[in-house]
Amino acid sequence: MIRVDNLTKTFKAFEAVKGISFHVAPGEIFAFLGPNGAGKTTTIKMLTTILRPSSGTVMLDGLDPEHHKMAARKKFGIVFQDSSLDGEQTAYENMEMHGVLYHMPKKVRAERIERMLTTFELWDRRKDYVKKFSGGMKRRLEIARGLMHSPKILFLDEPTLGLDPQSRNQLWTHVKHLNETENTTIFLTTHHLDEADRVAHRIGIMDHGLLIAQGTSAELKEQTNTSTLEDAFLALTGSSLRDEDASSTDQLRDYAQIQGSIK
Amino acid sequence: MNVIYILWLRELKRFLRSPVQVLGSLAQPAFFLLALGFGFNPVFEKAGQGSYMQFMAPGMIGMTVLISSAFSGVAVLWDRQFGSLKETLVAPVPRLYIMIGRTFGGATVGVLQGVLILLLCMVTGFRPQHFSAVVSGFGFVAMIAICFAALGMIIGSTLKDMQSFNVVANFMVMPMVFLSGAFYPLDNLPLILSVLTRINPLSYGVDGLRGTLIGHWHFNYFLDMTLLSCVGAVFLIAGAYSFSKIEI
Ligand SMILES: Nc1ncnc2c1ncn2[C@@H]1O[C@H](COP(=O)(O)OP(=O)(O)OP(=O)(O)O)[C@@H](O)[C@H]1O
Ligand SMILES: [Mg+2]
Repeated sequence: MIRVDNLTKTFKAFEAVKGISFHVAPGEIFAFLGPNGAGKTTTIKMLTTILRPSSGTVMLDGLDPEHHKMAARKKFGIVFQDSSLDGEQTAYENMEMHGVLYHMPKKVRAERIERMLTTFELWDRRKDYVKKFSGGMKRRLEIARGLMHSPKILFLDEPTLGLDPQSRNQLWTHVKHLNETENTTIFLTTHHLDEADRVAHRIGIMDHGLLIAQGTSAELKEQTNTSTLEDAFLALTGSSLRDEDASSTDQLRDYAQIQGSIK
Repeated sequence: MNVIYILWLRELKRFLRSPVQVLGSLAQPAFFLLALGFGFNPVFEKAGQGSYMQFMAPGMIGMTVLISSAFSGVAVLWDRQFGSLKETLVAPVPRLYIMIGRTFGGATVGVLQGVLILLLCMVTGFRPQHFSAVVSGFGFVAMIAICFAALGMIIGSTLKDMQSFNVVANFMVMPMVFLSGAFYPLDNLPLILSVLTRINPLSYGVDGLRGTLIGHWHFNYFLDMTLLSCVGAVFLIAGAYSFSKIEI
């Protein structure tokens, strides 16, 4: 369903993704793990057509997104790591916009919006502006929106970031359900290794732009002679911290959040 | 079609939902009108040019429309920094539609601002030559709005951060306004000013507005309209191109 060959991405002089190859079978849940700055988000951006690869190929359900952007975009849904909601619109309007962008007929749209907002317990707040939502509510809305058009492939970039245990549980239950009933292929990243261990069929571990291991959780543990996924992860990636320079965008966003919370 | 409509509507809602911003953006032209309009009136009349208020009102309309539409075009930059642009860029919709919806949304906001400032001018004593003048003046308001919303789109899609945005705002918007004949007649200018005002598209918008509203032309209707249409078309194409190249 997803096939990646020798994918690289270079920002100016910095190589963020250094020639990774992997594939994800239809109906598989694939967890993409790695320390901060490993290149997970960059990879997802290239898979979802918003960043052009420096070299290498991507296939989504047999389509090359480079040349068939529209057709490829129809196949997936995505929950971004950082917010992509429109704070100046209400929760309902955000959902409505998504439905229109994905060419959902009016009636289906209304049904799906109600269903998704109810599932993620936001229906009562549908008329509120998103800028007034708490961090977790925004996250839930973002997830509800990403799942709204029932995509064939779902990219979840740290979907549980900032969610309480109830919402995390709800999310994974829902994701598993989607995977089982609609055979949705799922590509996720998370720093909660227990979650990955619980839901993923297969796991890839990335570090410093390289895919350093892949396999089932059991295989990874066996390979590293460890008993938990967390230990396997640390054995593979070492225990040094990744000192990451926050990019100017991140700083700006932080600044805006501070501004926003003061207002 | 639906996609263009909903993006257009979003720009409009954004505008209508922030009354503070609406009033705020009228403050500057209102201040100019009152301070300069009344201030320069005696000198202007003495020079045999008639009422300065009459003269400058079309300029203020042009200025307001330019600023308002350019800034809503540049909002792309804002949306990109804060993320909401991503959502539209991964959707199975041609970028051209997104660009068109946003640009025309911004232009519509510009037109609405233009109408508001026209009303404000009338309150301070401005009188168009007759009612139909307002209708044909409207054509120029729309042209200015489209040209500069598209220019804003080009800038917003090309710039990478908010710092450069301030530079653009100061080194482009204000010179364009001051070198457009919004504040003074374009006759008998020194060579350099005369060249600068002639290459500034806003000059033709202001001239068209002033011509239709009070019958005072520097160029002529045909030249103004043709020039604005060409500039508008070029800006729209360039805007569509730079928008299609955005990476997150
Ligand atoms: N637009 C960009 N310009 C320059 N460098 C970038 C850009 N985007 C990402 N990088 C760099 O690429 C590297 C990989 O970043 P990426 O966001 O893919 O990491 P990640 O694995 O998603 O990390 P995290 O777990 O913290 O989300 C980082 O070193 C980052 O600084
Ligand atoms: Mg990331």
